[in-house]
Amino acid sequence: MTSASDLRDLTIAEARDELAAGNVSARELTEAHLAAIEVARDLNVFITETPDRALADADASDARRAAGEALGPLDGIPLAIKDLFCTDGVQTTAASHILEGFVPPYESTVTENLRNAGTVMLGKTNLDEFAMGSSNETSYFGKVENPWQREGDNRPLVPGGSSGGSASAVSGRLCLGATGTDTGGSIRQPAAFCGIVGMKPTYGRCSRWGIVAFASSLDQAGPMTRTVRDAAILLGGMAGFDPKDSTSAEMVAPDFEARLEGGVRGLRIGIPAEYAVDGMNPEIAALWDRGKAWLTDAGAELVDISLPHTKYALPAYYIIAPAEASSNLARYDGVRYGHREDGEDLTSLYEETRASGFGQEVRRRILIGTYALSSGYYDAYYLKAQKVRALIARDFHNAFEDCDVILTPTTPGAAFAMGEKSDDPIAMYLNDVLTVPASLAGLPAISVPGGLSSEGLPLGLHLIGKAFDEQTLFRAAQALEYAAGFDSRPHRG
Amino acid sequence: MAVDIETVVRVARLARLTVPEGDLETLAGELSNIIGWIEQLDEVDTDGVEPLASVADIKLRWRADEVTDGGIPDKVTSNAPDPQNGMFSVPKVVE
Amino acid sequence: MTLIQGRTGDWEVVIGLEVHAQVTSKSKLFSGASTEFGAEPNTQVSLVDAAMPGMLPVINEKAVEQAVRTGLGLNAQINLKSIFDRKNYFYPDLPQGYQISQYLDPVVGKGEIEIDLEDGSTRTVGITRLHLEQDAGKSIHDQDPRKTLVDLNRSGVALMEIVSEPDIRSAEEAGAYVEKIRSILRYLGTCDGNMQEGSMRADVNVSVRKPGDDFGTRAEIKNVNSIRFIRQAIDYEVRRQIELIEDGGEVDQETRLFDPDRAETRSMRSKEEAHDYRYFPDPDLLPLELEQSWVDAIRETLPELPDQKKHRFVDDYGLSVIDAGTLVAERKIAEFFEAVAEGRDAKVAANWVMGELFGALNRTDTDIATSPVSAAQLGQLIDFISDGTVSNRLAKNVFEIMFETSDDPKKIVEQRGMKQVTDAGAIEAAVDEAIAAGAAQVDQYKGGNVKVLGWFVGQVMKATQGKANPQAVNEMLRKKLDG
Ligand SMILES: [Mg+2]
Ligand SMILES: [Zn+2]
Repeated sequence: MTSASDLRDLTIAEARDELAAGNVSARELTEAHLAAIEVARDLNVFITETPDRALADADASDARRAAGEALGPLDGIPLAIKDLFCTDGVQTTAASHILEGFVPPYESTVTENLRNAGTVMLGKTNLDEFAMGSSNETSYFGKVENPWQREGDNRPLVPGGSSGGSASAVSGRLCLGATGTDTGGSIRQPAAFCGIVGMKPTYGRCSRWGIVAFASSLDQAGPMTRTVRDAAILLGGMAGFDPKDSTSAEMVAPDFEARLEGGVRGLRIGIPAEYAVDGMNPEIAALWDRGKAWLTDAGAELVDISLPHTKYALPAYYIIAPAEASSNLARYDGVRYGHREDGEDLTSLYEETRASGFGQEVRRRILIGTYALSSGYYDAYYLKAQKVRALIARDFHNAFEDCDVILTPTTPGAAFAMGEKSDDPIAMYLNDVLTVPASLAGLPAISVPGGLSSEGLPLGLHLIGKAFDEQTLFRAAQALEYAAGFDSRPHRG
Repeated sequence: MAVDIETVVRVARLARLTVPEGDLETLAGELSNIIGWIEQLDEVDTDGVEPLASVADIKLRWRADEVTDGGIPDKVTSNAPDPQNGMFSVPKVVE
Repeated sequence: MTLIQGRTGDWEVVIGLEVHAQVTSKSKLFSGASTEFGAEPNTQVSLVDAAMPGMLPVINEKAVEQAVRTGLGLNAQINLKSIFDRKNYFYPDLPQGYQISQYLDPVVGKGEIEIDLEDGSTRTVGITRLHLEQDAGKSIHDQDPRKTLVDLNRSGVALMEIVSEPDIRSAEEAGAYVEKIRSILRYLGTCDGNMQEGSMRADVNVSVRKPGDDFGTRAEIKNVNSIRFIRQAIDYEVRRQIELIEDGGEVDQETRLFDPDRAETRSMRSKEEAHDYRYFPDPDLLPLELEQSWVDAIRETLPELPDQKKHRFVDDYGLSVIDAGTLVAERKIAEFFEAVAEGRDAKVAANWVMGELFGALNRTDTDIATSPVSAAQLGQLIDFISDGTVSNRLAKNVFEIMFETSDDPKKIVEQRGMKQVTDAGAIEAAVDEAIAAGAAQVDQYKGGNVKVLGWFVGQVMKATQGKANPQAVNEMLRKKLDG
């Protein structure tokens, strides 16, 4: 266990054990990843690399361990941080020109928790601008490339979004794990596209304090890793009650790893009829069937459930999220921080700063959100969407009377080529059709690699759990992971 | 078209976004498509349904009335594009 | 009803007020930064108040308690569930690009208060609602010729917006309304009412109509920061609107600004565009939920409020409504008065407090809290009058000295020999002297001119340097002259 590529192939759990056994140092782990990051710059995974900070973090970790004061399972683990988390003294951009050069004098609660757990920050990963997108093509700092390619086709593919940089980094062995954020699928969809595990916890499990807001009632941070166990370990380092976030749940985060191996015998797996939409990609339908079989083979019971308002989740989401975003993004006005376009008067300063500071998709969503909230339209759009949201949450509530977790595919298809869907916003939005319902209901959900498409691209299976029952969700995900035995690797990494 | 050019102009103005004249028509078309697609929500019977503003099933927590913050003017203005005498600045506003 | 005469007949004025009152609290509504007045720019600003990316609001329990307390003091409905909304608009002193306020579901609903008018009459004015909201920062326009500077110290300070029904019918009533609101807030300790420092300011909605007509179009005069200015602004605005309509024009529904230097209102250019605030529930916050028992516990701690106190002063002390109204306006004065009146003639006590004491306080620009004369001392002085130790006239001199020195009246009277002479021997000597010196006046008296008695009294007082007890002098003179 000495070669650099071997070090990069470790899971977090393995690295933890190797570090504890003294077989490897945090510095060695970190250097191996920093070297790989340099080589892989063409993937455009990072907006800001922080090698000096990483080495200092690693050395501090090694010093703690030498002194017998190691902090826990994450001490010395090199991570990539989505550039939506504010990091003290390190540029934080949300992949937007409007925040270019912004250096927060504060640290987000999630990254603070990870620092306190002894992790090493390798850098800040690229994303769709303000987390608005499903392909990572909307970043001001350029598109991110997926380390996977179609068999016999070397056209670059998108990594999914918005946490595409993080997904690409984990998949390409540029870090052992990464943080993501998920508003409508932004962790799970890129995890599926990149063949990794991506988990969105229950709304309120991770603090939103210090995360650049997209849609406050939906945003939730979560782990992106190569295994389910790693996701459980990393979530343990991120989660916890935060009095600075009024929507943070006042409960101690359990040891998510503890009951991972419990198996699924007797677990009731809900299969929602409405997800089997007409025209579902046959490969995805087949994958779903395999997932059902794996879980029943492991002793779980399948239960047919109904989530009747599923179809309306996506349009409701595309009112609620832009409406909240239009207000959340009003603070980017060129007055107190970030990009500023000097206008001759106040109005032109505002309008020019925001028009040139925000990219096309962000501007489009601000306009939709502003329209949906404006006088005369509020009831028809925003209020209507919030009522539909209530019905969607009720659907899940009813379904969970009959089952413990719900199994669906993560995405309607595999990763697509850059530029393939960027002309049609609605086609792009449809990427999130399977992940958005759980977001609207605030439920925990996870994407686990389930196999490869006929083109040789990873596909994800999606599990949705009851609120604050991440432990059962992880247990089912672990069973799925064992059964799938996914061990394919991307072309890069 | 659900969203006409005039509406785009009005909404862009509310959102403080300049939209170049030449882009108005395309944008109106795009927004109309999106809004038109969203209008499938009209099919849902929501009579008597309470809108759901938050899924956080908790009560609003209150903080104690203590001074725990402030006293960091340098941090507050450290990213300001044009700070003046410890304050932010904008082109003169006439009231 | 107060009507204003125009060229085309009488006009009725309709006024509604939105009073913004700063909540008395140590920290801001949604952040832990201080609310202290007058600090260096941006020193009382947290990253939340500056709307840094990712910052989130957490509500201050004191602000909630103060709003509920105020609602109870306004005899208003307390809503056990209320919602914080975002009011979206762009302005440099509004860092978030929205103000967190309450729109459809405020914490306090309908209430009412009594206002006291100069002629001693009272009127009831309806309260529409009270809601909690954030204050904005301060835009400074006069420090740089080309720039507006922004200080966020006030940004996020908790405000109560108290909205009245359009029940107010004159500038005088508007003034009385604001005075009463301020008085209630101070009694409750929920706002210091300091209008110079901006702790209280009012948006004044003014319209005019022919009596019996529907409401006219109103103009809103923003941020008027003294009661005098509120009256002036209304007077100006009423005249402007009447002239405009009588000249065939129409009142615009618009926001106006009061210019105190010219006592005029003018249209606000910067806010001329149509507003569309796009209110929606703030997703960073949850509904504000209150327990009825918690509200009841606050109700238990409410002090006696000005109107209750006023009615009690009238009923128990026999004071006039006007006097009672004057005495209850400030809690400290009412308490001072009650301490003076305790066990004494309340009307005498009221006269002394409102006469000599108020006069001296005004003259020296002193607050009741720091009055050099305590309630106990003023009580002693009144006791000295009633037991004859000092005459009414001398008592005023004694009071002046008390006010200057803070000494007890006893000490002053004794040390300065101001005690009334009641000793019969001394009075008799002076009376005898006066009779001896005034043979002509004695004759007049005996001839039936009783008025001449005053001349004798004067002589005796002169001889005793005013210290003789006038009653004793009178009795003695009558006895000697009649006898
Ligand atoms: Mg107002
Ligand atoms: Zn207000």
